[in-house]
Amino acid sequence: MLSRDADSIYWMSRYLERTSNIARFLDVNWHLTLDVPGQFGEQWKPLVITTGDHSDFEARYAQESKENVIHFLTADEKNPNSILSCLIAARQNAFAIRDTIPTEMWEAINVFYHYSVQACRNPRKIINDPEKFCAEVKWRNLMIGGIAWDIMAQDEAWRFFRMGRMLERADKTSRIVDVKYFMLLPSIAHVGSTLDYAQWGALLRAVGGFQAYRHAFGKISPTDVVRFLILDHDFPRSILYCLTEAQISLHEITGTRIGYFTNPAELQMGQICAGLSYHTIEEIFEQGLHEFTDDIQARINHLGKAIFDTFFSRIPAIDQSAEQ
Amino acid sequence: MNSGLNFNGYDTGSFFDEMFDSSVSPRPGTRLLVDKIQSLEPEELLTRQAAAEKVFFDLGITFSVYGHEQGTEKIFPFDIIPRIIEARDWEHLERGLKQRILALNLFLDDIYHQQKIIKDNIVPREIIETSAGYFPVCRDLDPPRNIWNHITGTDLVRDESGNFMVLEDNLRSPSGVSYVLANRQVLKKTFPQVFVESGVRSVDNYPSLLLDMLYSIAPAGLGRPSVALLTPGIYNSAYFEHSFLAQQTGMTLVEGADLVVHEGYVHARTTKGLVRVDVIYRRIGEDFLDPRVFRRDSLLGVPGIMEVYKKGRVSLANAPGTGVADDKAVYAYVPEIIRYYLGEDPIIPNVPTYICREKKQLDHVLENLDKLVVKAANESGGYGMLIGPASTRTQQEEFAGKIRQNPRNYIAQPTISLSRCPVIVNDHFEGRHVDLRPYILYGEDIQVIPGGLTRVALTRGSLVVNSSQGGGSKDTWVLSS
Repeated sequence: MLSRDADSIYWMSRYLERTSNIARFLDVNWHLTLDVPGQFGEQWKPLVITTGDHSDFEARYAQESKENVIHFLTADEKNPNSILSCLIAARQNAFAIRDTIPTEMWEAINVFYHYSVQACRNPRKIINDPEKFCAEVKWRNLMIGGIAWDIMAQDEAWRFFRMGRMLERADKTSRIVDVKYFMLLPSIAHVGSTLDYAQWGALLRAVGGFQAYRHAFGKISPTDVVRFLILDHDFPRSILYCLTEAQISLHEITGTRIGYFTNPAELQMGQICAGLSYHTIEEIFEQGLHEFTDDIQARINHLGKAIFDTFFSRIPAIDQSAEQ
Repeated sequence: MNSGLNFNGYDTGSFFDEMFDSSVSPRPGTRLLVDKIQSLEPEELLTRQAAAEKVFFDLGITFSVYGHEQGTEKIFPFDIIPRIIEARDWEHLERGLKQRILALNLFLDDIYHQQKIIKDNIVPREIIETSAGYFPVCRDLDPPRNIWNHITGTDLVRDESGNFMVLEDNLRSPSGVSYVLANRQVLKKTFPQVFVESGVRSVDNYPSLLLDMLYSIAPAGLGRPSVALLTPGIYNSAYFEHSFLAQQTGMTLVEGADLVVHEGYVHARTTKGLVRVDVIYRRIGEDFLDPRVFRRDSLLGVPGIMEVYKKGRVSLANAPGTGVADDKAVYAYVPEIIRYYLGEDPIIPNVPTYICREKKQLDHVLENLDKLVVKAANESGGYGMLIGPASTRTQQEEFAGKIRQNPRNYIAQPTISLSRCPVIVNDHFEGRHVDLRPYILYGEDIQVIPGGLTRVALTRGSLVVNSSQGGGSKDTWVLSS
């Protein structure tokens, strides 16, 4: 396929997945505030820190209040990673490959975009009740994912779609894990308290994995939650699962067998996956959970650059017509 | 009473109405539709109109409204009442269009080769050589099958007696066919029953016919040729059409920068390296096609592509250079062109046209600016026009100046009382002027798509149907019998 089209579908997919993840952790934090009243339930700062856009937030908002954080993450068009901004970018990319993706997918994205633009015109409503908006964002993404599985040919375009989705999700799950690092407990004595467990449970809910976790591990334990979110083989939002799937898509695109590399993208991808596949959770804790997630994010960033160099080239579009 | 969404009290005025005769009885082919509409609750029709508009909106068949906030988009105005063309009328149009396309192609091939028509004093040399659509660099090119104008969208109008006339030939890069297909998809949902019972001819195989035509002009000796549609990009006003046609035919939608000339052939830049392209349906003007041959500042084209084309290693539709045949000054000579090459009288006449480079005709035009429509020869899309009866003295004087300065660049035509169709205006019907743009493909043979884009001037009394000037569209039903 055209390099430009591959680029567009990869980014369309990443931006859509990003909206879904923002909606997920926003929603969970909202529920946490309802479940745990008071100072230690109202923790909005970690959300901003973990998105990586903390400096932008601090420059434009006076304080890390619930209102400000929700606005920043949803309707703020100046934040390039707000749900609204991601949707604008996703739709722009979809527009460029409207001929390649199924009409149903284009229509779903287009309608999603119009819904969000409309909803974000009234940010107050989202701030007062983020649940409804977040639910829409999640459901619409599930629908788009369903369209991709059910009516797209699993060809090169689909593989770039899948790779983008999986890399974005791996990155976001690592950030969700990291949220806990920044969440405060009243004192060291509260480790293992109800509040602590509520926070760990919230992480599972953020990725929609609470039930899957219960089936696999039963009791909430910090080690198992982290093991589940990072190393689980079956859960489709665990970091290892996502990266393995991304690697499969990458190698299906190039035709190179897994285990070998012929270009920078395969090299980087192989290094991340190998590192993760053959590490125990104990080793990750030894390294430090925060240090580990930081490192994963940096490597995924690096991989993104390698993918760009290997497959895409940016081309300016300029209007000039001879239409009659 | 006369209000409400029915035709009681509908006024055809002094115009030819496409739906009703002068005593406001339905024409033979429209009776089923009229009866259906008369039987509906008034709200029902508005509900269907709104549903149709929602389909266009959700599919993103829209344009951005500038100066508004993000996401302010509008659909191109669409009226759900179809325009119906009787089988007999269509048969006449089809013959006339085939004749015209055949003659125009012979004309193009002659102009870029021996120029017999100039030597025989049928068309003045000056008209050709001063035409913005004439490219000397295209002399002696031999496009496959000697076909130049593969895709044409001819603008037809109907006068107050119902006679069809050709208003314009669009042989460069006519747009709008995607709306023919989209309007039809929507209208099938709007009036499913009447649609089936009326025996409406299908337009849905246009993408297949287009693809067949493009295959038929591919360089010889290829298995399945690789076909691309070259677009100026996502900001182009016709981008929806480009992506739609690419999607419907499976051709690759490319921008100039996706293509590169390498080792004597045109290639696309893909994730797997360079891949050859054999046929290009170009939706950019030839002046932007190759900065080495045409405009040097063009960033939309492919440097070196004309050299590949000359060697027959890539095919282009339409062939570069076709614009000379839709120059409005050349248009005035088309009836003579038909007689010259085919020895036949034109089946569909031109609108009577004054050529301003002829002194006597110029004087007549200047004296009657308040009655005539004046058009710049090399403009399209409704730009560069003076509509005499609707103009002010100042505008007329301004135009007189322009015409005197460059008479060759202007033609003038009497104001035609275009035919009208009923459209929904708020809660009732009113007549609005329409034209018709059928699409003609020229590959192994000439095919006229049964239908076309009916463009509507939505402003009361207006004669300007162009979408850039507030026009809308309707589905066009050609009846099979």
